[in-house]
Amino acid sequence: MQQAVNIAAAEDRHWPEEGWTRVPYWVYSDPDIYQRELDTFFYGPSWNYVALACEVPEQGSYKRSWIGERQVVVVRGEDDQIFVWENRCAHRGARVCWKNKGKEESFTCPYHQWNFALDGSLQGVPLKRGVLRKGGMPSDFDNSAHGLRRLHVHVEGSSIWASFHDNPPPFEEYCGEEVMAGLRRQFPGKRLRLLGYNRQRVASNWKLYFENLKDPYHATLLHSFLITFGLWRADTQSESIPVDSGHSIMVSRNVGKKKTEAASEIKRFKEELELFDKDTVTPRNEFDDGKVVAITHFPSVVIHQQANTFGMRHVIPKGPDSFELAWTFFGYEDDDEEMTRLRVRHANLYGPAGFVAMEDGEVLSESQLGTHHYEHRAAVVEMGGRDVERQDHMVTEVLIRAFYKHYRELMGL
Amino acid sequence: MRDRIKPIVRDLTPDVEILVLENQLRHFYEKIADLLDQDQIEQFPGYFLDDCMYQVVSRENYSENLPQATIYCDGVAMVRDRVIALRETQVYVPRVWRHFISGTRVTAIEGDEIHARANFLITEATSDNDPTLFLVGMYLDVLVRDGDGFKFKQRLAVFDNHHISRSLIAPV
Repeated sequence: MQQAVNIAAAEDRHWPEEGWTRVPYWVYSDPDIYQRELDTFFYGPSWNYVALACEVPEQGSYKRSWIGERQVVVVRGEDDQIFVWENRCAHRGARVCWKNKGKEESFTCPYHQWNFALDGSLQGVPLKRGVLRKGGMPSDFDNSAHGLRRLHVHVEGSSIWASFHDNPPPFEEYCGEEVMAGLRRQFPGKRLRLLGYNRQRVASNWKLYFENLKDPYHATLLHSFLITFGLWRADTQSESIPVDSGHSIMVSRNVGKKKTEAASEIKRFKEELELFDKDTVTPRNEFDDGKVVAITHFPSVVIHQQANTFGMRHVIPKGPDSFELAWTFFGYEDDDEEMTRLRVRHANLYGPAGFVAMEDGEVLSESQLGTHHYEHRAAVVEMGGRDVERQDHMVTEVLIRAFYKHYRELMGL
Repeated sequence: MRDRIKPIVRDLTPDVEILVLENQLRHFYEKIADLLDQDQIEQFPGYFLDDCMYQVVSRENYSENLPQATIYCDGVAMVRDRVIALRETQVYVPRVWRHFISGTRVTAIEGDEIHARANFLITEATSDNDPTLFLVGMYLDVLVRDGDGFKFKQRLAVFDNHHISRSLIAPV
């Protein structure tokens, strides 16, 4: 694992004078910048994806999740209310919950058996009154002041979001109108069916993952599967939409395999490529708008819909030069068997062995290595011009520029 | 969508028949591992029945009985497509893998189907790095005899890793 070079303190960092068309490489390796990002974005006035409702189906069902580097527990409490609390005992700080998923009536910290209700409130402290009139808690010890730290929670459709901030903005305001429309399209209130997980650890800065999903340009060049089988191509009707708060939306269409003038110019379009199992790259039409949509919801998740696979790609930073990418694949509870079959097959495009996504894991790791000890240099993002307005094509880096405009404002850089 | 075949585990007496079979399986497993390690992946699909199930799947998905797998092949056509993708389209940093297999054990014989399992450990070395422990887990197999050898009706490579480190390029 490479060591980040920390030459200058964050205060001394200066953005290149070209502005948002440049990304200085120190944003990917400086530990001070990294800590400021965690405080500003993950622990600040933002909304972070934590789970899908179908992962905690019954009262007492829970799942451990992450916001930044902090672990939280998502629990379904009484009356179907969802609670999210820090997995950190209010007593000595030990993790209270030691399993990734399960079902409990209440949570007991294994260390001193302090017992917490599903909503995180402290219910019991063993030996609180001491033994034989000796020891115990002070008489004014108030259980109600020592619960697990609870986060603000928002449930949108069947997706669960949380915020560490004491006073986060309304969820809709944080998302913006277009991201809200995208979320409602993906989560129209239908119950979900969990299809499985993939987890990968990529040795790159977490932001590079968002940039990868703000870069439709690379997808038209790198990913043979997308190009050849017409799942994502530069010569289709598409949109690149930057949204406030660092989010963005990429829209395209599945058009099938065909050779056009533009396609034949692209080296990795492989006309002769045929699969034995054509179902893997043949989607069944399911959205009336005919669109393929990827939403990057900053700072925690990318939501993909491609062919018939849906996935939440939860971005979990692990230091300046590493992140976990936790993929949750799902469908709708009312899908027929054939649709579920297609969703599971199409997920072969994604995850660490995905026909498409494997290449992103490779490229991001090599990008991080490429910037190592080149902190005085900067990336160039001028494809599609130098502005930050939405564009009706995908040969552009506008979404990355718009992101760094937002990033610099919030980070004071 | 087909479900995974649940492994059958019986308390088999280690008589000559079982011991010979386990030895044959050990030899077969070493052969499959060797062709993967030697980059002869084109031969890999030839050891699967047409209606096979081949998956490289996390313990997490397997134990929760979730259908998704990291590599999901329902039928030999999808196994062949993995070979095509690896050879024709995928962009990745060159690597060398090495399989270490232990604990090969027949757990049941049901008609002409053999249920067997074994541990695997795989190291990975990229072109400018030393080998690392890449993947550890267990094969859960259902095999049928094929001449002097075997074919997979089902091969599940259930891995213990919580994460795949970087990417999973080749079959396991």
